[in-house]
Amino acid sequence: MSAAAAPARTSPVERGGIPVAGPRERAGDRLFRLTVTGFAGVILLAAFALAWQLTRGSLQTWKAFGFSFLTRTVWDPVSNDFGALPFLYGTVVSSLIALLIAVPLGVGSAVFLAELAPRRVSDAVSFAVELLAAVPSVILGLMGIFVLVPAVRACEPFLSKWLGFLPLFRGAPYGIGLLSAGLILALMILPYITSIAREVLLTVPRPLKEGMYALGATRWEMVRSVSLPYARSGIVGAAFLALGRALGETMAVTMVIGNTPQISASLFNPAYSMASVIANELAEAAGDKHLSALIAIGLVLFGVTIVVNGAARLLIYKTEGRK
Amino acid sequence: MNDAAYARRKRVNALMLGLTAVCAALSAGVLFAILGYIAWKGASSLSLSFLTNLPKPVGESGGGIANSIVGSAKVVGLAGLMGIPVGVLAGVYLTEYGKGSRFAFLVRYAADVMNGVPSIVIGLFAYALVVMPLKRFSALSGSVALALIMIPIVLRNTEEFLRLVPGTIREAALALGIPRWKVVLFVILPTAGRGIMTGALLALSRVAGETAPLVFTAFGNRFWNQGWLNPIATLPLTLYNDAISPYEDWHRQAWAAALILMMFVLAINLTARLWLRPSAPAH
Repeated sequence: MSAAAAPARTSPVERGGIPVAGPRERAGDRLFRLTVTGFAGVILLAAFALAWQLTRGSLQTWKAFGFSFLTRTVWDPVSNDFGALPFLYGTVVSSLIALLIAVPLGVGSAVFLAELAPRRVSDAVSFAVELLAAVPSVILGLMGIFVLVPAVRACEPFLSKWLGFLPLFRGAPYGIGLLSAGLILALMILPYITSIAREVLLTVPRPLKEGMYALGATRWEMVRSVSLPYARSGIVGAAFLALGRALGETMAVTMVIGNTPQISASLFNPAYSMASVIANELAEAAGDKHLSALIAIGLVLFGVTIVVNGAARLLIYKTEGRK
Repeated sequence: MNDAAYARRKRVNALMLGLTAVCAALSAGVLFAILGYIAWKGASSLSLSFLTNLPKPVGESGGGIANSIVGSAKVVGLAGLMGIPVGVLAGVYLTEYGKGSRFAFLVRYAADVMNGVPSIVIGLFAYALVVMPLKRFSALSGSVALALIMIPIVLRNTEEFLRLVPGTIREAALALGIPRWKVVLFVILPTAGRGIMTGALLALSRVAGETAPLVFTAFGNRFWNQGWLNPIATLPLTLYNDAISPYEDWHRQAWAAALILMMFVLAINLTARLWLRPSAPAH
């Protein structure tokens, strides 16, 4: 509905805007309105151009392999034979490891920050956690190479001793591999989960909590049976948002995952992720077909993050908008 | 009544709440551990000559990252020049003109999509947009990639802060007979100016640490940077190349570069957040 058409009975601000273009719009106003509209259009254009470029650039690959591109395990730039499955596998598994670690840790922190900590402590800790999100990924990657990987290498023999009955924890302790990638991703997504979960937990209505206390519940019982269920969809949303970040995270993963396109059951083994293969190979792509295959992987990544982020927004909105 | 059960519930309560405190301490502790470790490893390699010299050829030790610092400033600066005006003006459109229109909805949706797209995919886009037609890696293509990352961040932030400007201010200014565009530029924008600038600064610090989209756009360079249409070194790129190199000396330089980058990012974040009290929406 155009605001201009609405009768000016209420205050323009109450209607949610000031009349856009009346019959008496001045030339300068018109110019300014068209200019800012144009700038807004740039963003729309950029989003369409992005989707179009990725589609156009990867057409060759889709024509050559069809959807089997996603299920084939070969990656051979020399003979122009491409399949994306090892990369999909590496991305998905490392992201899942990250979620498994970061969700409990993040939700635990959020419960502490929202329910227990005094306001000042809560603000300070939230601030530190949010700063963690500002640490550039390449610096975390550097920490990964020189601190995390040696530590993981030292721990892996123990993991395989105690948990070796699972195929996940078998094999040579390289240090670099899916486990390290998952750990570093966990670090990167932890701030998102913590800060969103905290915000969502802060929206839990006070009367509900007080009702639970009045029934004689302990604070933990209140958290478990009121706060967490109330915030559930928001927390799931936070996890999805974090997943979206983890799937597309490039540098830190590239530096610790081992960059080997293989699928193996063990988390100790080197692997490869979709974002990493683009970062490593695009600059020296061997030819059109190689380039096209890399762009195809980019298109898949683009599609997946749109879906995941869309789901996240929906879930978070569902909780926060309920107030 | 049932003392044993009550004691058990109390114990569970203490245990679980204690665990949440441990989680929080761990999450915040990681940041300090990272900062401390970088400061420790980086400080020993940091010197004036490291900041003012060019990298030495492979095999010689020493050398510095002067070209990367200048390169980062150039690439990020140009990205800001492209990204901030687009983001701010589009934000003006959304709050001042686009209330309830379908076009505004689409723009907002597009910004959300762009915001969620991994930076490596934005890099691919810049590659197709600038590198392929020019057939060369360039500072310009790196700036385009970073600008595309900045635009949605700046846009959403601008929108949040413009929305906080009271409607009465708009009406008062309009009632004085001031043309609409002057009201927006000289009354509304300055009112929200602090928040908008903070958001722009945070967006700059965010892209200053971006590496992934630069690997195949700005590409990197071990010499002085020449012009906008040639490959250019930036701090994160040099850090990355040093880190994955096999040379001990380069590793040392990577830590020093990390310290500089981290100080820059921290300085901006701290200023922005302290300058602008908590009402700031998160990115």
